[in-house]
Amino acid sequence: MLTSRRLQLVGLMWLGALVMTSAMASAATESPTVTRPQVSGPLSGGTADHAKFEVLQQDFSSGPEVTQACLSCHTETGEHFMRNIHWTWDYVDPETGQQLGKRYLINNFCTNSRGNEGMCAQCHAGYGWKDEDFDFRDQSKIDCLVCHDSTGTYYKTPNSAGHSACSVMFEGKPPMDLGMIARNVALPSRANCGTCHFYGGGGDNVKHGDLSSALSQPGHELDVHMDAEGLNFACTACHITKQHIWAGSRYQVMSRDTEGTGKPGERRDVATCESCHGLSPHPSGSLQGFKLNTHVDSIACQTCHIPEFARGGVATAMDWDWRTAGKTRDGEGYHEHGYTQGNGEHRYTYKSIKGDFTFDENVTPLYAWFDGQMRYTTIDTRFDANQQPIDINAFSGSRDDPSSRIWPFKRMHTWQPYDMGNNTLVYTHLWGEDDAAYWGSYDMGRAIAKGMADFGLDYSGEFGYVETLSWWPITHMVAPKEDALACRDCHAADGRLEAVEGIYMPGRDRSFWVDRIGLWAVVATLLGILIHAGIRRFLLKDSGAHH
Amino acid sequence: MTVRKVLIFGRFERFWHWSQMVLIIVLMFSGFGLHGFHALLDFELAVALHTYAALALLVLWLFSVFWLFTTETWRHFLPTGRGLWQVLRFYTYGIFRGERHPYRKAFWRKHNPLQALAYLMLKVVLFPLIWITGLLYLFYFLWRDLPHASDLLFAVAVVHTGAAFAILAFVFIHVYMLTTGHSFAEHVAPMMTGFDEVELTPEEEAYLEKDQPAMIR
Repeated sequence: MLTSRRLQLVGLMWLGALVMTSAMASAATESPTVTRPQVSGPLSGGTADHAKFEVLQQDFSSGPEVTQACLSCHTETGEHFMRNIHWTWDYVDPETGQQLGKRYLINNFCTNSRGNEGMCAQCHAGYGWKDEDFDFRDQSKIDCLVCHDSTGTYYKTPNSAGHSACSVMFEGKPPMDLGMIARNVALPSRANCGTCHFYGGGGDNVKHGDLSSALSQPGHELDVHMDAEGLNFACTACHITKQHIWAGSRYQVMSRDTEGTGKPGERRDVATCESCHGLSPHPSGSLQGFKLNTHVDSIACQTCHIPEFARGGVATAMDWDWRTAGKTRDGEGYHEHGYTQGNGEHRYTYKSIKGDFTFDENVTPLYAWFDGQMRYTTIDTRFDANQQPIDINAFSGSRDDPSSRIWPFKRMHTWQPYDMGNNTLVYTHLWGEDDAAYWGSYDMGRAIAKGMADFGLDYSGEFGYVETLSWWPITHMVAPKEDALACRDCHAADGRLEAVEGIYMPGRDRSFWVDRIGLWAVVATLLGILIHAGIRRFLLKDSGAHH
Repeated sequence: MTVRKVLIFGRFERFWHWSQMVLIIVLMFSGFGLHGFHALLDFELAVALHTYAALALLVLWLFSVFWLFTTETWRHFLPTGRGLWQVLRFYTYGIFRGERHPYRKAFWRKHNPLQALAYLMLKVVLFPLIWITGLLYLFYFLWRDLPHASDLLFAVAVVHTGAAFAILAFVFIHVYMLTTGHSFAEHVAPMMTGFDEVELTPEEEAYLEKDQPAMIR
């Protein structure tokens, strides 16, 4: 029944394709290089052509001027925008009460943006944040273009000069035509979001592992949704946006969505797989589909459907060692190439300003129960230095917790500076024009002393290096279904879920004693049979009896 | 008393026996594969085989239980002590001396006492253990949110595999028994043709000759 219907469909499509191709033969050859617009969720744009707006018919001399022009029509957007995390860099976890947000947190990459905003706030969706004096109420400081530029010519440079050892990297950029950029604004494409999100941690895919420049124009095999020739989803297709607030956050992970698609027109508030694919995503009607749909209760979609991260030719950092930072040659900092990634590009494996790194590609994730709740080691956390490695973001989850599922993670391993006296992480003053800035002075002790003093934080004066881990739930780079994990990848003695506790998995788990006793019972039965048969043969041969 | 060839395994009983044999082999092979003893089957295929074979066997058992009770043939499996000792003595002693099997099949008692007891245990202990735990496992998704569900599932799996080992041992003994007494082929033949030598009373013989001529040769 199904097969015959499918055959009919294929036949119809084939006929249709014949008609279409003959009709479109000429059109197709005319514009082969036009990039297809990316799909941005429910928003499709097109209600206004910004090239026709009077206020944009001018040569802008600065970003804030453009912003003021934007706000002259989008009158409420400034207020909306100032509530989002791209602007505030500030998030208080409603469960733990922890003060999170890039503005405050310490990570195990470049460690802290606080005190280094002159450099780090290039990725703040605003203009000019270089120190504590930045005015978070000034709407003209919003940077509209970094997200809405469609020309690819917009760029940002650090908000403060920094030491000459670093600032040299940002010299010699071509001037921008802000008027032209403003007249061509569009809904954000992957490359817009990627400007920051692909380069977190100081380079392409360094931080996340599943977010790299390879996703700007990915093929089907790298990500089925973002596939430039296929669905061509922009980030906002899933990270649904309402008044410049985006769904989907690492601070607030929904590890198990129990609502699914909701009723038609609902569910535009989460970025979960289930919000589009529903709660029974595999084809029902087959035993296989049924089995997979029951796995959904315990296994995050990502676990099977993202078999590896850092795919597509761009490597991710796996280890970072700050202990080796600060080496110089002839008084100058230097860097060393040591890794050639899949797309042929070289990656630094040593930088004087950062230390040693290791990179990896096509990485098998680590798996663990995850309830979506992260607990961070913040600047305020006092830890036990004997309990290394310290989790930068610890998480919990178990089989017994209904909101937990088994998730894939990237684990980042780092040796980073800490306060040995107080057993806390530290704010390191990396970027600045002053002598204490590590990127220039290469004096870690001074950099920490200033980084802490600038924010009135207690520093013992003695620093060491602590081993830390950070955990990155993997959710992008969704592979084609043919590449998803097969049963045996986990249902085996040394499978991917080898270390996951709280579950009984056939193929992985067994009772040692039941197996041993059972096998012995079967072997003993066979032996008994052999002995019985042997005696029969031996004795009956002698007696010559028939039976 | 005369010994005649009588139809003791009807068409349904033979179908039941052989399809049950095929299904049990499939279940054993796929099940031990799923358990991790071998990787000769793709896991997905093994799950499908195991599940479908188990469901088929359950349907077959439903029919066989119905058949046993409607045809009164369940009586063949009633346990009895009469003659049990002689049969046990035969298998542990007499068989080595070339003695004749002490049991004579009767028209309403086609299994010897030991056989009847073994089959009864299979039917009321081992088979229920394996299908109840199998169904519990199959429907785990319905009770996975109970407290300690994961531990309970482990217990279910332990009983399920334990019963599987026991059934495997039974299969070996069952097949070996076919070599005792007559030749292997002669022992298998009744389950193929349905006919076996049965000791009949004159009344039974007369009844079969007159009213059931197709059942007697």
